[in-house]
Amino acid sequence: MSLTANDVTQIAHLARLGIDKQDIVSYTKDLSGILDLMTQMSELNTDNVDPMAHPMDQAQRLRADSISEPDNREKFMSIAPQAEAGLYLVPKVIE
Amino acid sequence: MEWETVIGLEIHTQLATQSKIFSGASTAYGAEPNTQACAVDLGLPGVLPVLNEEAVRLAVIFGMAIEANIEPYSVFARKNYFYPDLPKGYQISQMDHPIVGQGHLDIEVDGETKRIGITRAHLEEDAGKSLHESFHGLTGIDLNRAGTPLLEIVSEPDMRSAKEAVAYMRKLHELVRYLGICDGNMQEGSFRCDANVSVRPKGQQAFGTRAEIKNINSFKFVEKAINHEIERQIELIENGGKVVQETRLYDSVKDETRSMRSKEEANDYRYFPDPDLLPVLIDESFKSQIKASLPELPQAKKHRFKTDYQLDDESATILTTSRPLADYFESTLKTSKSEPKLCANWITGDLSAALNKAGLEITDSPISDERLAGLLTRISDNTISGKIAKQVFDLLWQSIATADEIIAEQGLKQITDTGAIEAIIDKIIADNQGQVEQYRSGKDKVFAFFVGQVMKEMKGKANPAEVNKLLKTKLQA
Amino acid sequence: MHTKSLTELAHGLRSGEFSSVELTQHFLKRIQQHQDLNAYITVTEEIALQNAIAADTQLANGQVAALTGIPIAQKDIFCTLDIKTSCGSKMLDNFIAPYNATVIEKFNQAGAVLLGKLNMDEFAMGSSNETSYYGAVKNPWNVNTVPGGSSGGSGAAVAARLAACATGTDTGGSIRQPAAHCGITGLKPTYGRVSRYGMIAYASSLDQGGPMARSAEDAAILLQTMAGFDPKDSTSVDLIVPDYSAGLNNSLAGLKIGLPKEFFSNDLNSDMAATLETAINEYRKLGAEIKEVSMPNLKLAIPAYYVIAPAECSANLSRFDGVRFGYRCENPVDLTDLYTRSRGEGFGKEVKRRILMGTYALSTGYYDAYYVKAQKIRRLISDDFKNALTEVDVIMGPVTPTPAFGIGEKIADPIKMYLSDIYTIAINLAGLPALSIPAGFINGLPVGLQIIGNYFTEDRLLNIAHQYQQVTDWHQHTPKGFE
Repeated sequence: MSLTANDVTQIAHLARLGIDKQDIVSYTKDLSGILDLMTQMSELNTDNVDPMAHPMDQAQRLRADSISEPDNREKFMSIAPQAEAGLYLVPKVIE
Repeated sequence: MEWETVIGLEIHTQLATQSKIFSGASTAYGAEPNTQACAVDLGLPGVLPVLNEEAVRLAVIFGMAIEANIEPYSVFARKNYFYPDLPKGYQISQMDHPIVGQGHLDIEVDGETKRIGITRAHLEEDAGKSLHESFHGLTGIDLNRAGTPLLEIVSEPDMRSAKEAVAYMRKLHELVRYLGICDGNMQEGSFRCDANVSVRPKGQQAFGTRAEIKNINSFKFVEKAINHEIERQIELIENGGKVVQETRLYDSVKDETRSMRSKEEANDYRYFPDPDLLPVLIDESFKSQIKASLPELPQAKKHRFKTDYQLDDESATILTTSRPLADYFESTLKTSKSEPKLCANWITGDLSAALNKAGLEITDSPISDERLAGLLTRISDNTISGKIAKQVFDLLWQSIATADEIIAEQGLKQITDTGAIEAIIDKIIADNQGQVEQYRSGKDKVFAFFVGQVMKEMKGKANPAEVNKLLKTKLQA
Repeated sequence: MHTKSLTELAHGLRSGEFSSVELTQHFLKRIQQHQDLNAYITVTEEIALQNAIAADTQLANGQVAALTGIPIAQKDIFCTLDIKTSCGSKMLDNFIAPYNATVIEKFNQAGAVLLGKLNMDEFAMGSSNETSYYGAVKNPWNVNTVPGGSSGGSGAAVAARLAACATGTDTGGSIRQPAAHCGITGLKPTYGRVSRYGMIAYASSLDQGGPMARSAEDAAILLQTMAGFDPKDSTSVDLIVPDYSAGLNNSLAGLKIGLPKEFFSNDLNSDMAATLETAINEYRKLGAEIKEVSMPNLKLAIPAYYVIAPAECSANLSRFDGVRFGYRCENPVDLTDLYTRSRGEGFGKEVKRRILMGTYALSTGYYDAYYVKAQKIRRLISDDFKNALTEVDVIMGPVTPTPAFGIGEKIADPIKMYLSDIYTIAINLAGLPALSIPAGFINGLPVGLQIIGNYFTEDRLLNIAHQYQQVTDWHQHTPKGFE
C-alpha cells in the first residue's frame, strides 16, 4: 500500500501537524513502508475474533460524585503561553 | 407540489451532578472563568479520567423513564477534532455502545397522541466556552464548563412539523426536570437542541438531504428556526437547487439560518474506544437499585390523579408536569381533607396565577402546602365563602399567618345564623319596595340586586346559599 | 558508595556510615563528571540537597521509610511538581509541571532523594534515545552505541552509577530493551500494577511504569514503592501488593520454563542464541524444566503494535496545541496556524511520523482494516501467551535481536528501528509482566535475557531473576571508566 504526497498532506492537516514541504517526500516514503508492514495483518483470518481494546478484562470503576478539586487557576495559568483576565487566549475564533 | 417535513432532534441535557463526569471539579454555573477547570478538565499532560457514578445513575434513570434498553455494556470513545474549547483535542463520548438504547416518548399535538422514537442516549463531556469579546483581537477561552456531564438524547426522524418538534422538546424538558436529572435551565445552556431538518415530496419514502441546525436554545427559536429552514429548503428545491448536507446556525435576530463553514471543513472524527476508560458494565442489581428509587413517572401519576381523585384531564396534566407541583397538590389535599377538585382548582388557578405573576416556582411559593390546606379546610366546612376565600388567599400570600388567624383577625367568618340574615333581608325589602314590585311582576333579574344588597350589608360574610334561599322565600311571600 | 545495592545504602545511612547529604553529593559529582553521557535532561541539585537534609533529619529521628535518603532519578515522563517535565520534547521544554505523578508522590513518601530527570526518546517514541530533543544518550559500555530506548537515560544512568536506581516506562520494550543494552535489571510490571496518573501518555493501553536497577533485589524494593492501586487511574488494578522481597530466595526446583520456538528461530543471531543458551542452562542447574512452546501469532506483533500505539498516540498528543501549556509558535495568524505550527515546530520527526500513522489508521475507510484488525490480532497474541502460560510458569527469550547498535545506525530507517522491538512488543499487547536481566556479553556489550510471567506474578519473576543473580555475576559488571 502506498500513499501519495497529497494523502500525507491531508492526514497532516487532519492532525494539525505542520510539515516542511521538503519533508513531505520522506514522510510519504516512510509511511508507505510502514503500511507495507501492516499488510501482513491481512494474511490472517480474524473473522470470529473479538477486538481487544484493553489488556485487562475489567469493568470501569465509578467515582462517587463529590467535589475534590479546588480552584488552582493561578498555578495552571502561570504555565500558559498567553492568558489574561483568567482566560486562555487564542487567535480569533470565527464561527 | 406538496411537501412533507422530516425532523429529528438531538438534545444535550447537562446532568445535575455536583462534580464533572471525569473529574472532581465543581459543575456549578457562573463561577469566575477557569476557576472550576482542574488538571483533568484542562487536559494537562499525564492526567486521567475517572467516571462519575452519578452521571451513570442519571442516564439510567432517563433510560428507564423512556422505557429504553439500559445497555449492560457501554463504551466511551474519543471523538477527535481540534477546537480551542476542547482541551484534549478529543471529546470523550460514546459511539458504538451508548448507555441507553431504543426508547420512546409520547407527545400530544392538537389533541392527538403521537409516539416519537428515541434512537439512543449517550453520555459525553461538555466543551468549554469561547468568549468573543475582543481581547486585543483574540478570543478568550473559559474551560469551567469543560467536562460537565451531558446526556445526548437522539430522536428518530419521527416529527413532521415544527410544532411537533417543539411539543417533543417541551415534553422532554418536562421529563428531565421531573426526573431531577437536569435543571432544564435553557439560558444557562443546561438543555440545548440541534435539529436535523429535511423535506420530501409528500408520499415519497426516501428522506431528503438534511441540514443540521445547531444550538437552538429556546422553544420559540426552535419553532422559528425549523420553519425558516423548511421554507429555505422548499424554496431552494423549487428553484431547481439542491439541499446540501451541512451544519447551519440559527440567527435569532435576523430570523434566518446560515451555513457554518468553519465547522464544516474538517471533519473526520476518527472515533475509537478511549483506552483510558474501561467498558461500563451495568448489572441487574445496579438497575434494580435505581428502579426502586425511581419516582412515579408523569404518565403513571397523571393516570392515578385521574382515577383516584377524579380530576379532569387538563388538571391532571398540569399537576403532573413537575414533581414538586404534584407533591404540593397531594400534601395539600391530604392535610386539608378537601375535595380533590377544589384543591386542584385552587392550585392550578389562583396559586399558579400568583406564582406566574411573581415569577416564582412552586418550590418557592410564599404559601406553603400547609397554609393553603388551612384555607381549603375553611372553605370546605363553610366557615368562609369562596369569595372571602380569595381575600384570605391574598393575605396568606402577603403574610405568614394561617388562614384561621386571618379569618379571626379580619372577622371574615361566614354568617350562617339565619336570624341575622333574615333581619337584614327584612330591612332591605322594606327599603326597596320598588324593586320588590318589579321582582314580583316577573323581572327575575332584580333578584341579583337583592343578593348584592344583602352581601354588601353583611360585608360578604353571609353564606351565599343561605341568602339565596331566604331571599327567595321572603320575596315570594 | 555508588557501587552499593539499595539494601547496603539503606544500611549505611541507618548505621551512620555516611549521611544522605554525603551520598547525594557523591552522586551529583558523578553526574557532573559524566555529563557527556547526556543521561540527564535536568539535574535537580538544589532539590536533591534539600531532600537529603530532610532525610538526614528523619534518619536521626529514626523515622525511616523504604528509600529514606537514597538518591534516585526519574524518567522525564513523570510529572514532577514545580520541576520541568519535558518528555524529551521541545514541545514541553518550558513545561513546569503543576502537579506530581502518583509514582512521584510514592517516591516522596518513601523518602527518596530526587537527583533529576532522565533523558528519553521524545514522548517515549523510539528504541535508541536518538529521538530526544535533548540529543542522544551514550551507552556507558561503548559511547559509540545507543543505550536503547525509550528509557535510555535511565539505562545509562543506572549502568554508569549516576543514580542508585531509576524509573522507566515501557510501551513496547522501553524498560527492557535499554536494560538489556546497558546491562541492568529492568522490569515492566503487569498493565495496571503501577499507576499511570501523571505519566505522560504515549499509548494508554500499553504504557506501564517500572523499575530499572542494578539487580533483581533492588528492583523488588523499587517496585514495592511504585506498585499499588490508584483511584485516579481507571485502568489501575485494585489488588493487594505482595512483599516483592519476601520470596526472592525461594527455590526454582520444578520451575517450568517455556521457550517459544518463534523466539529461537534461525532469525536470531548465533552469538545471541549461544549467550541465551548458556543462561538457560544455569536455570537447568537451578532445577528448572525447559520446554518448547509455540505462539504462532507472535510474528504479527509488530504490525499490530505499530497500528495500535500510533492510533492511541495520535489522540493522546492532540492536547499539545499551544493553548494551555507547552510550546506555542511565534505570532500565529489564525487558529489553524497556531495548531499546525506549534505542533509542527514542537514535535520531532518520529513523533510526527507516529501521529500521522495513527491518524491515518483511524480515519474513515481505514479504521476497520487497520485499527480493528490490529485489535483482533492483539487478542490472538494475548491468547497465545495465555495458552503457553497454562503449560509453563514463565517464558524466556531474547530482549533484543542484537546487542546495542551504533548511534546513527538505524535512525534514518524507521522500519529497521521498529524491528529492534520484535521480542518485547507482544508482551505489552498482552499486558503481561516481563523483565530483562544481564546474561552475558558479546564484544563487550551486555546481552539481556527476557523472562515473561503470568499476570501479577512480578514477585515470582523477581525471584527467578534473583536466583540467577546469586549464581552469576553479569549484573555486577561495571562499564570501564564508571567503576
